[in-house]
Amino acid sequence: MGGVTSTQEEGVPAAPPWGAARLHIVTGKGGTGKTTVASALAIGLAAHHHRVLLTEVEGRQGISQTFDVPPLGTEETPVTRVAGGGEIVGLSVEPKAALLEYLQLFYKLGRAGRLLEKFGAIDFATTIAPGVRDVLLIGKIYEANRRRQDGRHKGDSPPAYDSIVLDAPPTGRIGRFLSVNSEVADLARMGPIHSQAESITRLLQSGQTVVHIVTLLEEMPVQETLESIEELGAKGFHPGAIVVNMVREPLFDDAALDQAREGRLHKPSISAQLAEAGVKVTPALVEGLLDEARDHALRVDLEREQLALLESTGLPIVTLPALPGGVDAVAVRELAEVLVAEGMVR
Amino acid sequence: MTPAPTPPVPAPPRLDVDRLIDDPSIGIVVCCGSGGVGKTTTAAALALRAAEAGRKVVVLTIDPARRLAQSLGLTQLDNTPRPVHAIDTSKGGSLDAMMLDMKRTFDEVVIAHSEPEKAEQILANPFYQAVSSSFAGTQEYMAMEKLGQLKASAENWDLIVVDTPPSRSALDFLDAPNRLGSFLDGRFIRLLTAPAKASGRAGLKVFGMGVQLVSSTMTKILGGQMLSDVQTFVNALDTMFGGFRERADETYRLLSEDGTAFLVVAAPERDALREASFFVDRLEADGMPLAGLVVNRITRVAASGLTPARAQAVAESLEDGAGPRSATNAAGVLRLHASLVRTAERQRELADGFSLGHPGIPVVHVPALGRDVHDLEGLREVGDALSGS
Ligand SMILES: Nc1ncnc2c1ncn2[C@@H]1O[C@H](COP(=O)(O)OP(=O)(O)OP(=O)(O)O)[C@@H](O)[C@H]1O
Ligand SMILES: Nc1ncnc2c1ncn2[C@@H]1O[C@H](COP(=O)(O)OP(=O)(O)O)[C@@H](O)[C@H]1O
Ligand SMILES: [Mg+2]
Ligand SMILES: [Mg+2]
Repeated sequence: MGGVTSTQEEGVPAAPPWGAARLHIVTGKGGTGKTTVASALAIGLAAHHHRVLLTEVEGRQGISQTFDVPPLGTEETPVTRVAGGGEIVGLSVEPKAALLEYLQLFYKLGRAGRLLEKFGAIDFATTIAPGVRDVLLIGKIYEANRRRQDGRHKGDSPPAYDSIVLDAPPTGRIGRFLSVNSEVADLARMGPIHSQAESITRLLQSGQTVVHIVTLLEEMPVQETLESIEELGAKGFHPGAIVVNMVREPLFDDAALDQAREGRLHKPSISAQLAEAGVKVTPALVEGLLDEARDHALRVDLEREQLALLESTGLPIVTLPALPGGVDAVAVRELAEVLVAEGMVR
Repeated sequence: MTPAPTPPVPAPPRLDVDRLIDDPSIGIVVCCGSGGVGKTTTAAALALRAAEAGRKVVVLTIDPARRLAQSLGLTQLDNTPRPVHAIDTSKGGSLDAMMLDMKRTFDEVVIAHSEPEKAEQILANPFYQAVSSSFAGTQEYMAMEKLGQLKASAENWDLIVVDTPPSRSALDFLDAPNRLGSFLDGRFIRLLTAPAKASGRAGLKVFGMGVQLVSSTMTKILGGQMLSDVQTFVNALDTMFGGFRERADETYRLLSEDGTAFLVVAAPERDALREASFFVDRLEADGMPLAGLVVNRITRVAASGLTPARAQAVAESLEDGAGPRSATNAAGVLRLHASLVRTAERQRELADGFSLGHPGIPVVHVPALGRDVHDLEGLREVGDALSGS
């Protein structure tokens, strides 16, 4: 399994289909590893593309936890460097701050901005008005994507960031999150929010943006992955890689799995091997071990079924190992290397 | 220096789920917990077990996995309890199941609480449509609402099992209904609905100008149409909200009564147990009746008497020599065992950590089944595990 491109020459992966993408959106069912994969992807991109903005939008402080740095504020903050001079800047996008910044930028609201806050209008707009929150969150990313090194949003200065990675809302909400346009454009039928919603959608549906989906080889995450691919495609977004996370090393070959599944692993020879190695062998112990092997074989069957479902989408599949010690600031770099080796980044 | 011995964790009392469902004074069981831990599964398993033990049960599920819904006969989202067939009714029990349709429940509330003309106006309002299908907390609020409705028609059932929405934090279920209330009581909404009143109370000209500046700015930003839609919506909703809020308060009270039992579900993971811990503290603070904690999906270990370290060492020695095939298989079996035991141990430590901070709270461990739970048989198996049999 695995790898983004089938024609890999001499260990140098070809450019992935999303080679032109600048904005990488990472979604997946809750708990599958979105934050982890977004972080690893940012590291991989930084190694190739130098300046990467890694963002989150749900105020979970997942980035600060993964990189073991102080909680991110609403300012863009350097998070880590990678060999070769690349840098990752982190940002936890917060809708209130984004709205105030936006108002300042477009309306130069001095007193009115403060009044809006005082009257609860900012709260209203960011927590209650449906869709507005999402427009603001992506709006901030849209802004960062357009920003130049000189801080302006047009001109010849090179872009402030070479790539942007978004640790996005989960599969259950991603379609809606990305299609803020239709919803908000319906509610705010004109005005700058309306036109901003439209430009955001243009960016999100262009070749500059790709949506990667993280999953485990379990039924619900895979189901959600498939549904999400369909939904995203129908809404005009570009699915990128399916990242299969926390994959375990096989413990048995296929022949042994077949035997284990049917409870046919040869008891006497296994008992003999254990006894020879000095284990006190009881029938209950051997029975128990074979039971465990049977459950395991069934589990492997299920994982293979799920993988086949993912493969049937035709999307590139990238696999990440389950790291026995969990993921910390060091381990996430290991995962980044796997992503690079699998051709997800170039 | 030898490492300090870890203090022994006093074993928590065992949660006795059968006693709970056999207790006729318990009329409501609420399954709470953070997302993906097995709330829906637990609710369905418990409801089935109670029904087969002779109770007349209705289970309110929220967003069940599709195959589970199918096995309960929930093929369409019609917001009404439907009988589940193929259960054992020999003890005189019955099981109805339903899946919450949040928007429909909201619509029904609007229709029940306003004049027909006004109801129509609200239902057609784009703002209402967005809020009723996506406002954070609507699902929780509507779950409470539906629970209230089921309770009110309780002649049909003597036990209601409630699942809770798949929110990140278990606390949302308790907090969300209030959020909708504070939205409608919020300053900005009052301003939109009655600007004259707001400025009049302050009695200051400056304040009045502020109001004007705010609404003209909002109009500029959001467009006038949106503001006027919001205004219509809020005005319409305001008139019915008295009844609305009363019902929410009433349902909340219902939850604190002795006839209710909360079951907190958690996966044996740090985050889920932390959420469970917050939730349990909150229940206590609010005086709500907690039955106990379900730690769901504990890794199953079938072989006993072989430590992971030993299994690992033997596996390595078996792999060292270029032994026969059975040696490779034996090594695989041992490595598998070592990893299962290590995982199960870590999970148990995490669960013990919860009990250390919450001594006396009954706990039951439910093993992870080999497959997802999507048929009655799987639910019975989870039910057996819940009751320790
Ligand atoms: N490849 C891996 N090996 C081992 N542990 C992993 C791996 N990937 C993720 N994890 C661990 O799994 C847990 C969930 O991962 P993560 O927080 O990235 O998921 P998420 O999808 O962002 O979750 P949420 O939906 O809550 O935001 C974390 O504890 C993380 O360290
Ligand atoms: N004890 C268990 N063994 C195996 N699978 C389980 C178990 N409990 C839950 N599951 C599976 O885990 C997934 C999430 O469970 P669900 O009850 O939908 O969680 P929640 O309602 O808390 O979001 C489902 O696919 C379910 O079948
Ligand atoms: Mg995350
Ligand atoms: Mg659920």
